[in-house]
Amino acid sequence: MPEAPPKPEELVQISYDPPYADWRDARVEYRKGTFCYSAAAKNLRYLSMPNPRDWQPFNSDWKLPPDWREIILKGMEERLKKYRSFRLFMDICVRCGACADKCHFFLGSADPKNMPVLRAELIRSVYRRYFTLAGRIFRGLAGGRDLTEDVLKEWFYYFYQCTECRRCSVFCPFGIDTAEITMMVRELLNLVGVNTNWVLEPAANCFRTGNHLGIQPHGFKDSIDFAVDELEEITGIRVEAPINRKGAEILFVVPSADYFGTPHYYTLLGYLMLFHEIGLDYTFSAYASEGGNFGLFSSHEMMKRLNAKMYAEAQRLGVKWILGGECGHMWRVAHQYMDTMNGPADFLEEPVSPITGTRFENARATRMVHICEFTSDLIHNRKLKLDSSRNDHWKVTFHDSCNPARAMGLLEEPRYILRNVSNHFYEMPENTIREQTFCCGSGAGLGTDENIEMRLRGGLPRANAVKYVRDKYGVNLLTCICAIDKATLPTALEYWTPGVEVGGIHELVGNALVMKGEKERTTDLRSEPLHQKEATVNA
Amino acid sequence: MSALISFILVLLVTGLSFAGGEIDSSRFLLGVILPYMAMAAFLAGLVYRVLKWANSPVPFHIPTTCGQQKSLPWIKSSWIESPHTRLGVVTRMAMEILFFRSLFRNSRAQLREGPRFLYAENKGLWLAALAFHWSMLVIVLRHLRFFVVPVPRFILGMDAVDGFFQVGAPQLLVTDAVITVALLFLLQRRFTDSQVRYISMFSDYLALFLLLGIAVSGILMRYFFKVDLEGVKQLAMGLVTFSPTVPASVSALVFVHLTLVSLLLAYFPFSKLVHMGGIFLSPTRNLANNSRMVRHVNPWDYPVKVHTYQEWEEEFHDKIKAAGLPLERE
Repeated sequence: MPEAPPKPEELVQISYDPPYADWRDARVEYRKGTFCYSAAAKNLRYLSMPNPRDWQPFNSDWKLPPDWREIILKGMEERLKKYRSFRLFMDICVRCGACADKCHFFLGSADPKNMPVLRAELIRSVYRRYFTLAGRIFRGLAGGRDLTEDVLKEWFYYFYQCTECRRCSVFCPFGIDTAEITMMVRELLNLVGVNTNWVLEPAANCFRTGNHLGIQPHGFKDSIDFAVDELEEITGIRVEAPINRKGAEILFVVPSADYFGTPHYYTLLGYLMLFHEIGLDYTFSAYASEGGNFGLFSSHEMMKRLNAKMYAEAQRLGVKWILGGECGHMWRVAHQYMDTMNGPADFLEEPVSPITGTRFENARATRMVHICEFTSDLIHNRKLKLDSSRNDHWKVTFHDSCNPARAMGLLEEPRYILRNVSNHFYEMPENTIREQTFCCGSGAGLGTDENIEMRLRGGLPRANAVKYVRDKYGVNLLTCICAIDKATLPTALEYWTPGVEVGGIHELVGNALVMKGEKERTTDLRSEPLHQKEATVNA
Repeated sequence: MSALISFILVLLVTGLSFAGGEIDSSRFLLGVILPYMAMAAFLAGLVYRVLKWANSPVPFHIPTTCGQQKSLPWIKSSWIESPHTRLGVVTRMAMEILFFRSLFRNSRAQLREGPRFLYAENKGLWLAALAFHWSMLVIVLRHLRFFVVPVPRFILGMDAVDGFFQVGAPQLLVTDAVITVALLFLLQRRFTDSQVRYISMFSDYLALFLLLGIAVSGILMRYFFKVDLEGVKQLAMGLVTFSPTVPASVSALVFVHLTLVSLLLAYFPFSKLVHMGGIFLSPTRNLANNSRMVRHVNPWDYPVKVHTYQEWEEEFHDKIKAAGLPLERE
């Protein structure tokens, strides 16, 4: 059982001055609350991954295969040849230190090995030792380090303390992206069966049932039906939410948390209301019932395996294009990998909004549109009747989720929507938003309870920026467009910045949306009474 | 410790090359053979490195976006920070290479009571890096006067600008002062900034000490211990025309300068200094953010094991049916 984390005032007793010791000492103490448990053997077996067995990171014997070193070095050699990013990022870092205090894990933990430069040096030292002339001859003097079991254990610790958020790569003068390096090291660790359950169980579930949570088709239908019932209570309108319907114009894909988690669920209600109101011809899929992709946190191959069903299902159902819900890493995959991995999507059409006629030129090859692009276009073309006063009980801020910000550049669309559905929108300080946004601290498969101390540490910079707007403007709702944010930021905010809830953009759209034939709204989508009505009466 | 070793190493090289410059038998070695070998290592090493990088493909389209994407026509996109055109990418790269755009973003995080984070302006590193690199470029170009006859006009013009302040005789060249101060700044932060100290390695110090040695020996030759410029030019011309001679008038200090430069050249491709070539190839910077507009092809793509719809329907057939969802096979 995970222990309760220390109190906030204890957790911030940190100093950013590293010790004088040599960082190349690889020994790591696996302290409770700061790491994720190993992947269960059954999940490895289901995904046909090597070395399934029972082990835990805090055991001294990790039951590695006897030739683990050769496997890793061979894996490195192969990846150096396949990825220019990997080879280049191993060679060109000058250790200028600009990235050092840009990592939320370094800022929250002050562990010097969480400086992105040093995280990369953990493998760069091994690269130099085995793959460069200087390193092979001069070893330590050329910055080389032998690949020992301690080094492997250190990799596991620190490369599962990186959320692949890419903030460091914004500040790097060479664009060195620690996410790339983390992805490589996690691939290498996979080769010898060193991986975490929080990544591989969702991956195995997703492979089998279609979604991370392992929800089977009937369960998927039940939860969508439940949402339809609940909406009828709130609005008096019975919406349709078709599943696996052939011939629909659009396939709508969301992260599974949207229909099984809170506060994601309110965002799902928002989507359903919106689609009903504009009469969108769309369908969900119980097979492609997951937009998220924990393969991204495991290996490129796993990412491709899990992503394949999106295009496959779009083709089977005969839709024209794909619409994607609010999710961060799903959009990293959809924007930067999907077409390359599982395209070309020549069986789809270039996306055109059936309501406004807008052609989404920016998605003309991949043929998948972000819900915020879709909705902001609707609002801009005045297709929605919005009563933003229905969100007056919320003082709202917007947290840019890492992947939409730094892998897509989706910055203005959600803000445009927010300004139209809310009268009280406040930005956090500029070093903490847009391309400089801080991660929630739990992305890339780290959002598990046993890792709670590290998650809270990683969440500190974000939560601290929220605290600023909470204290200054009375902000009580943080909106975001990422399922992992919605799942983990409530915990981080409750710990660091109590009094601020977390919600999605389309939850607020749903609140504000005036639907034809709706009954008078007495509650918001959270079934909380709408206060402003009472206020008017009292005045 | 590694700072000390690299410092001693550079001192040792300085001493040896000074002594060697005084001894007739080693002047040819230091003045001709070493520079040739160094240049060969530099060129071969650099070509090797760049080919290695270029031979590894870019399988996925992974730019880091630092601004608004190009999406709806009424949303202003950031054409440099999140470029979707070739011109945008070239401009972004030019901003990185010429002005160190990303380093300009640098800030310093501080955790105050509260807790409260402050992100203070921190442009020192950017300024010093820019000052060093631009001075270095001007100095290298100025040195062309030793290698070409007649000296091109632009180099003479550059000297005039560089000597703008007209201090002393020979007049002080601004870049000489700037590069020394910039290098000293970059060196001191490796000692005084605890985070940078922790990550610094032997090769970081070695590069700085070598560069400082080169700068200082050059300054000594120009302002304090005048060397025979005609002799130096003869030596340089001999090297580039492959008819090397070592004039007797060339003093030992020239050999120190030349040896340190040779070491830097030879060391260049095998150290972090190759970042000069690498930045051009960085896939997070040199790709357009048009990932959904234009299909990117992975040259080594291979088929993977997937879970097909048919397999899925077969496994959950009864549950799909009971839920009233459509089936491919009843």
